[in-house]
Amino acid sequence: MSAPAVALAGVGLKRRYARGGFELSVDSIDVPAGETLALLGPSGSGKTTLLEILGLLQRSDAGQVLLDGRAVGMRDRAARLQMAAVFQRPHLFKGSVAANVEYGLVARRVPKRQRVERVAEALERVGLAGYEGRSALVLSGGEAQRVSLARALVLEPRVLLLDEPLASLDRLLKRQLTRDFATILADAGVTVVYVTHDQDEALVVAQRIAIMNRGRIVACGAAEEVMGLAVDEWSAQFLGVEPASQGRVTGVEQGLVTVATGGLEVFASGNPPVGADVLFAVHPEDVLLFEPGVELPLTTARNRVPVTVTSVEPRGATFYAALDAGGVKLAASVSRAAAAELGVSPGARLLAVFKATAVRWRLVNETTGAATM
Amino acid sequence: MGIYVDALREGWILLSSGTLDVWAIIVTSLRVSGAATMIALLIGIPVGLFVGLKRFVGRGVALLVFNSGMGMPPVFVGLIVAMALSRRGPFGDLSLLYSQTAMVIAQVIIATPIVMAITAAAVSAVPRELRLQARSLGAQGWRVALLTLREARMGLIAAVAGGFGSVISEVGAVQMVGGNLQGETRVMTTAIVQYTRMGRYGYALSLALVLMAMVVFVNVALTRMQTSAQQWERQ
Repeated sequence: MSAPAVALAGVGLKRRYARGGFELSVDSIDVPAGETLALLGPSGSGKTTLLEILGLLQRSDAGQVLLDGRAVGMRDRAARLQMAAVFQRPHLFKGSVAANVEYGLVARRVPKRQRVERVAEALERVGLAGYEGRSALVLSGGEAQRVSLARALVLEPRVLLLDEPLASLDRLLKRQLTRDFATILADAGVTVVYVTHDQDEALVVAQRIAIMNRGRIVACGAAEEVMGLAVDEWSAQFLGVEPASQGRVTGVEQGLVTVATGGLEVFASGNPPVGADVLFAVHPEDVLLFEPGVELPLTTARNRVPVTVTSVEPRGATFYAALDAGGVKLAASVSRAAAAELGVSPGARLLAVFKATAVRWRLVNETTGAATM
Repeated sequence: MGIYVDALREGWILLSSGTLDVWAIIVTSLRVSGAATMIALLIGIPVGLFVGLKRFVGRGVALLVFNSGMGMPPVFVGLIVAMALSRRGPFGDLSLLYSQTAMVIAQVIIATPIVMAITAAAVSAVPRELRLQARSLGAQGWRVALLTLREARMGLIAAVAGGFGSVISEVGAVQMVGGNLQGETRVMTTAIVQYTRMGRYGYALSLALVLMAMVVFVNVALTRMQTSAQQWERQ
């Protein structure tokens, strides 16, 4: 199956900030048609600036924005009419819900009868059927953000830009709306750029993720792969995982890859060339810990690695245990009960077990591309 | 207190009997101040919108001028306009001195900075993100400006009230450029001054009460517009 066409792209984008600080510098970014790309990074990493440049809402000092392969700019009204945005705060206009939702349709001179129908459809799509006549300023936070989404979706844009649309909501509402947004966006089949600093949110809504730091994209690719393989110390710290380790492929047999690193052999799956240098990592949720020398039940987990616990920190209902396996950094997510039972504490020697399919890897020379699996 | 009671009684008799040609004076006042306010709004709102929204060199100076203009003494405006329209002045040939047109010109100069300053402050308070949101939905130019004015409409109502209030109740400028000619340029404020000088307190007080009633009426109407809009927004 061929890859979907690129709907929106940025090439050589640069933006210098008047008040000093870092500059935005993005060599290349592609958003495939019909997919959601999450721009993930801490506050002030340049996500919103990149979103506004891609959305033709802010100029760039250099580079080009391409919409369906055509170079477009801020003055290109035809291109701007193919985009719509939702921001962190709903910014609803004074007036009724219907007046808000039809705002972009009025700007596009859509006849009144069509506007009424499309507004009703859009409100139904976001779960607010019958809200047309209500004042926009008395809605709850969640309702207001749904109206904001309806206001953008009603335009049936080629590209939808979402800038931290759920960041101002409480956790419960955010969790619910994240799922709803993911479903609505998938059903709409629209191309989406979604800015967030929340990893869980990014994983739920996006098929692809680009991690940004100080104006640069440090990793970009399929969501699971980017989140599972921290290519440097900063990314590891931001994602809350251990940085990827480097090894060399020493053998490939029927899709089973042997990677040598230090005195350790790690088994992965895939088909990299023998002799290639790879970065690899295992997600903490995929690592099980046992007492050393324990009789393990029959399992498909090929990797059984003696490890030393280097640190333990609480992460919500679980503990995050950082592990050292002869220089290779691993981590495990352990329940509180299991941690107490196994005596997971700094210095403890344990056995880490994980499947070959849980090992994420990519060739060393691929710095920001999608991981090769 | 007797002086007030006597004046009130006399004023009521004058108003109810129709002896005093109050209505002609009221109509002249409304015509002059109404026209001046309309022109001030036509100039002041676009300029205030531009200065409130755009960032440019000299914006701070422009705002300073507007804000200073809010406190501009009417007699100063009257003096400048009277000099400009006098025979030796640059617009002397137009023969506008002591006419309602001259009074409108003076009042426009008084009201415009007030409208500009209040409009600029009101639109500055509209979040940038709201305009960005409108642009992101395909609006541009005048449509974004119109949305900004709608969002700032409470402030605009205050601009109308401020502009009208400043000119309907001023006396210095209209006296100097209008001359208080009976049946021509006599307005409520100049008539009140004249009757007070003549010791005809009944006449003066009756007109002062009408003036007060008019100012209160306009402000009540504008305040009702504000509160009814707010009430709808909160329902």
